[in-house]
Amino acid sequence: MTVRTEQPSSRIDDGIGESALRPDGIAKLKGEFEYAQDQWVEGMLWGATTRSPHPHARILSIDVAPALAIGGVHAVLTADDVPGRASFGLEHPDQPVLAKEMVNFWGEPVAIVAAEDDATARRAAAAVVVEYERLEPLTDPEDADLRDEVFQRMRIRRGDQSASGSVVVEGFYEVGMQDQAPLGTEAGLAVPDGHGGVDLYATSQFVHADHEQVVASLGLRPEQVRAHPTGIGGAFGAREDVNLHIHLCLLALHTSQPVKMVYHRSESFTGHVHRHPARMWYRHEADEDGNLVRVRAKVLIDGGAYASTTAAVLANACYFAVGPYNCESVSVDGVGTRTNNPPCGAMRGFGAVQVCFAHEAQMDRLADALGMDPLELRRKNALESGDSMPTTGQVIETPLPTVEVIDSLAAMPIPEESERAGLPGGSGLTTEEHHVVRGIGYAVGIKNLGFSEGFDDFAQARVLLTPGGAIVETAAIEVGQGLVTILAQIVRSSMGVSSVEVRHVDTSKIDSAGSTSASRQTQMSGGATLEASSRLRARILEHFAGDDLNDEGVWRDGELVVPMSRVTEDKWEETVTFRHPPTSPPDGDGQGVVHADFALAAHRAVVDVDPELGLVTVVRVDTAQDVGKALNPQSVVGQIEGGIMQGVGLAIMEELILDHGVIRNPNFTDYLLPTILDAPDVEALLIEKEGSWGPFGAKGVGEPPTISSTAAVAAAIRNATGRAINRVPVRPQDIAL
Amino acid sequence: MEVHHPTSLPDALRAVAAGATPLAGGTDLMVEINFGHALPDHVVGLRRVEELNSWEDSRIGAGVTWRRIDEKGPTALAEAARTVGSPQIRNAGTIGGNVATASPAGDGLPFLAAVDASIELVSPTSTRHLLWSDFFVGVKQTAKAPDELIVAIQLPERLPSRQAFGKVGSRNAMVIATVGCVVTRDDDGKTTVALGSVAPTPIRAFRAEEMISAETSPSESALFEFQRLVSEDVRPITDHRSTEEYRRHAAGVLARRLLERCLR
Repeated sequence: MTVRTEQPSSRIDDGIGESALRPDGIAKLKGEFEYAQDQWVEGMLWGATTRSPHPHARILSIDVAPALAIGGVHAVLTADDVPGRASFGLEHPDQPVLAKEMVNFWGEPVAIVAAEDDATARRAAAAVVVEYERLEPLTDPEDADLRDEVFQRMRIRRGDQSASGSVVVEGFYEVGMQDQAPLGTEAGLAVPDGHGGVDLYATSQFVHADHEQVVASLGLRPEQVRAHPTGIGGAFGAREDVNLHIHLCLLALHTSQPVKMVYHRSESFTGHVHRHPARMWYRHEADEDGNLVRVRAKVLIDGGAYASTTAAVLANACYFAVGPYNCESVSVDGVGTRTNNPPCGAMRGFGAVQVCFAHEAQMDRLADALGMDPLELRRKNALESGDSMPTTGQVIETPLPTVEVIDSLAAMPIPEESERAGLPGGSGLTTEEHHVVRGIGYAVGIKNLGFSEGFDDFAQARVLLTPGGAIVETAAIEVGQGLVTILAQIVRSSMGVSSVEVRHVDTSKIDSAGSTSASRQTQMSGGATLEASSRLRARILEHFAGDDLNDEGVWRDGELVVPMSRVTEDKWEETVTFRHPPTSPPDGDGQGVVHADFALAAHRAVVDVDPELGLVTVVRVDTAQDVGKALNPQSVVGQIEGGIMQGVGLAIMEELILDHGVIRNPNFTDYLLPTILDAPDVEALLIEKEGSWGPFGAKGVGEPPTISSTAAVAAAIRNATGRAINRVPVRPQDIAL
Repeated sequence: MEVHHPTSLPDALRAVAAGATPLAGGTDLMVEINFGHALPDHVVGLRRVEELNSWEDSRIGAGVTWRRIDEKGPTALAEAARTVGSPQIRNAGTIGGNVATASPAGDGLPFLAAVDASIELVSPTSTRHLLWSDFFVGVKQTAKAPDELIVAIQLPERLPSRQAFGKVGSRNAMVIATVGCVVTRDDDGKTTVALGSVAPTPIRAFRAEEMISAETSPSESALFEFQRLVSEDVRPITDHRSTEEYRRHAAGVLARRLLERCLR
């Protein structure tokens, strides 16, 4: 791994642009870090969930008596015990807290139990007798579309709809259902406060959204519920929605005892939303020089049983359906269907991943039809700063160095044919060198940063200066991505104080930081932190008539005039609510300034394929990524390597297999994540073009690595085998048969 | 749950005869328990029973771990051992457990079928050896009586001079076999081919064996005929891991490649 980036001179150690170490890194390595799963309080009970064994059924009766009869069981609750709003949901509260009359997906919660230990709670959950009348599940999303069982339709029309080009390529593409598969499963602890309220410590990406939904369903006043950030082992979108949060609070208030719940692995696979599977139909038309003249697409994503964020994912898929390319005549029709499949929602890339696989395959097909180099075609049509989004017409005002990203990637050395990363088949010894064909593929992907479509997107942060150093208070969630490091670096560089502690505080102590999603926290909570610490420094300097501040105190004309001990005799704190440039909802044709910022990345995948057996080894994935400004280069590379692994996973192995709505592989035996023997080498080039509104010009970096890496691997497999490869994950039979 | 920790074989056998569930490496049983598929009242831990851990020449104690087989097993069995789970699993999991579970995908089973191994079954009152083909009777079903314990795997005194193992899966390590295969070839041309994950039990492709054993120096077309016969003889299913068509295809390709390795 090489990081090539300009290191700015820094006036303080571990400030902006340096690879400061994570404050929680050692504790995590040594197993001392407290994750949500590790929480424990005296006298706590354990919770468990009774789930539907059917994807679609009517509930005829629920008998909780057999569960209550088990020794050590303190409570068994059903839908009738939900005192407030009976349902929840991030955008539309359409999902029952506990199913009442119908179950609409396999694994839907029907009852919850609290007992003295985990095993008893699970036994009791299994002892709840639910009588079902099974109904035919609707599981084919194209059927759902025809029957108008949809959460959302999306229509984009831009430019002359009768435009046409002389070179035409069409294709159908499919993306399977990926899971976020965070290593930490859903877990939490709810503690009653003795006055009718409750403190919740649960896995989350967005405690204020949890808070709002818990308050609604428990019928409490907002101040009676405090949602606390806790230790999170990965998220990737799976923790944006409520799952066990309301259940835990219900059980805690009902029993007047703390209640803990930890999903087992298989339960986790049904307990959180997944990446939307997609079917996409495309037609690209270009002139003979390769200029895109017209792009038409239909994008179908399956939302499963409940809304979650399907509408937003669909909109995003449609907005980025053309990719980072100029085109003046575009139409996109999108549909997010409602079926009895497991609910789908947020996952890293949020709709852009699915369409990237399709638009990049189309660009390669077009290059082939034109007899043009695929990178040249992309350069020729590259969407840059000052251009208009092909879908929404929005003029891009922040830096978007598409050509530089493509050129930088193209200039990276291509490995020799003899450079191998093991053979396809790995330890299975299926394949020898003479069975292998090498392939190389490219892809470029683009996505928005932050929330869009007029959503009031804000983040609050508070910075304090105390005798022990500076403190940042935030409700932004650290899921492992490194915000805890970045916020401290921002304060060090902007305030001049080297000792900085980041405190994740609960919903009663600070306003929302928004979700840890949409690659947004570095820009949003980072923006709030920068403004707060800059203001605080200015106030301190003004108060003491100084011209500089550092660990020793306030300085004037090169002399220390007020020592830090005296500065911190006063109380210094500054709270800032940061908002990004405003966006607006789209008009009826999907037109408007709907996004606040954009980021892109390009990937080149090198694969070795055994065509006869259909086995693939990804040798390496190189990338150039538009990062604005790398606040912590090592952390950026961490996001890039992890994101590429997730992209490789979707390309060749990660898929939840459904059989009439039932997940057949809800476990790590059969839901295959890449192991270290499947991990490609990665070289990352960070392209820094300042000018974004993020702190120091930073852009979010979490999602772009996942967006085009999948498409690049698929392109490389096509290049090696000559097969069409219009579906990911690519299965051995898709190549060999 | 009651757990016994015998240190001698007779004590272990008495516990098994009394209905205790044997626990060796636990890499199958604990998964069953964690999923709630098994809830045994009595468990007998076998790790302290020295007789089960012994390995004398062609008699491999049931408690021998994959790690030890990886280090000193016959070529193709050692190659299979390296594909069992992860290093942690190989340190715990045993060949006896693999045989007892009798999964169609058991990584060690094609080798046992290819060399005609026997399973040594002992009860408090009897000892018997069952040929692999009499032992494996269905998906996760064996001919072992409830009061019997798998004590050892008996390999032939003399093993074929050439052996090769291969396993197709959708990941480079730690994956359940889509197809597992062992091919052996002796100096006289006698060839065996055994496959896993393509039938309810490990199977041999006898027609392919017979055809290729007669070829002293097989031509390219003989190799492809061998591949075709293997593909014809397997009885795979479609499930969440793969399809019938792919398994049939991959079984033939893999068998041909392993034969080519043996012929080199």
